[in-house]
Amino acid sequence: MSESAARDADWPLWEVFVQEEGGAAHVHAGSIHAPDREMALQNARDVYARRGRAASLWVVESSAITATTPADRAPFFEPAFDKIYRHPQFYKVPRGVRGL
Amino acid sequence: MTSENRLQRDLAEYSLRLGDDRLVLGHRLSEWCGHAPVLEEELALGNFALDLLDQASLLLESAGRLEGRGRSADDLAFFRDVTEFRNLLLVEQPNGDFAFTIARQYLFDAFDLHLSVALEASGDRPLASFAVRAAKEAAYHLRHSREWLLRLGGGTDESRRRMQAALGELWIFTGELFETDDLVRRLVEARVVFDPEALRGPWREEVLGTFAEAGLEAPKDPAWMQRGGRDGRHGEALGRMLSDMQSVARAFPGARW
Repeated sequence: MSESAARDADWPLWEVFVQEEGGAAHVHAGSIHAPDREMALQNARDVYARRGRAASLWVVESSAITATTPADRAPFFEPAFDKIYRHPQFYKVPRGVRGL
Repeated sequence: MTSENRLQRDLAEYSLRLGDDRLVLGHRLSEWCGHAPVLEEELALGNFALDLLDQASLLLESAGRLEGRGRSADDLAFFRDVTEFRNLLLVEQPNGDFAFTIARQYLFDAFDLHLSVALEASGDRPLASFAVRAAKEAAYHLRHSREWLLRLGGGTDESRRRMQAALGELWIFTGELFETDDLVRRLVEARVVFDPEALRGPWREEVLGTFAEAGLEAPKDPAWMQRGGRDGRHGEALGRMLSDMQSVARAFPGARW
């Protein structure tokens, strides 16, 4: 598919988020190429929702996402590791509550 | 022959017609495996092939049961010769380029959705429940093929030229979609199916509207339309397709996998 690889490059990349059931969070499933929003939704359906359960799909152009870089890791995330009082783990979660 | 036997035999033949449409089109789509323009479209065409093959296996299984000669869905799919196939000529047309495949799919999907929705009200319960499911799948197939038709029609000069040519070539096979014969008339009378002529108006409105939206010219209606698929008169390409599709089952009869 070398010829198609070149053509793929013409189509922007989209990130796909799948919600498995109503009320659950949309979870990142992967990415696809598509020329526009409608085809992105259809391609997402055909690649990520054809087998598993799905109740809803989101697609967003990958270029719309701003992400941290590996270099951000220390300043962004490490200060949280050693401050145990920041973790609300001292509460009892009632049984039956899921998805927290 | 009692009228009940007659009805059962007619239903078997009708199930064979619908089943063969889906088997042949499903197999055609599966031929894109490894050849589709992009990975995403490869999976889409493969999904549609699997939807249609699954529908075919349900319909052929019930055709075999109604026929009462002990033939399974596999027997019907793999051990009938080309003149025994009852599919529409439209669906057996070879894939051609991507525009041709999309045009063939769109013309069929628009028909399939109207037909399936109509059959949801069939007096034959198994057929009605089949139709409920088929209609959902057809609605998605139509959304996909329609969006592609719009994009190819409104895309580059090259894509519009190819799509226009594909529609021109396929149009002559669309008359057969709405054909009525004695068998259909008997089933209409038994309230099992509906006069396919009634689907012609909604179908034309759908496809001509889409052509206009895509900036494509409506193909000219020829003086006569090709027909014969329902009687087993097919183009030579179907024979080649079947010899490929049936080769494993015929080389190893009774093999299980």
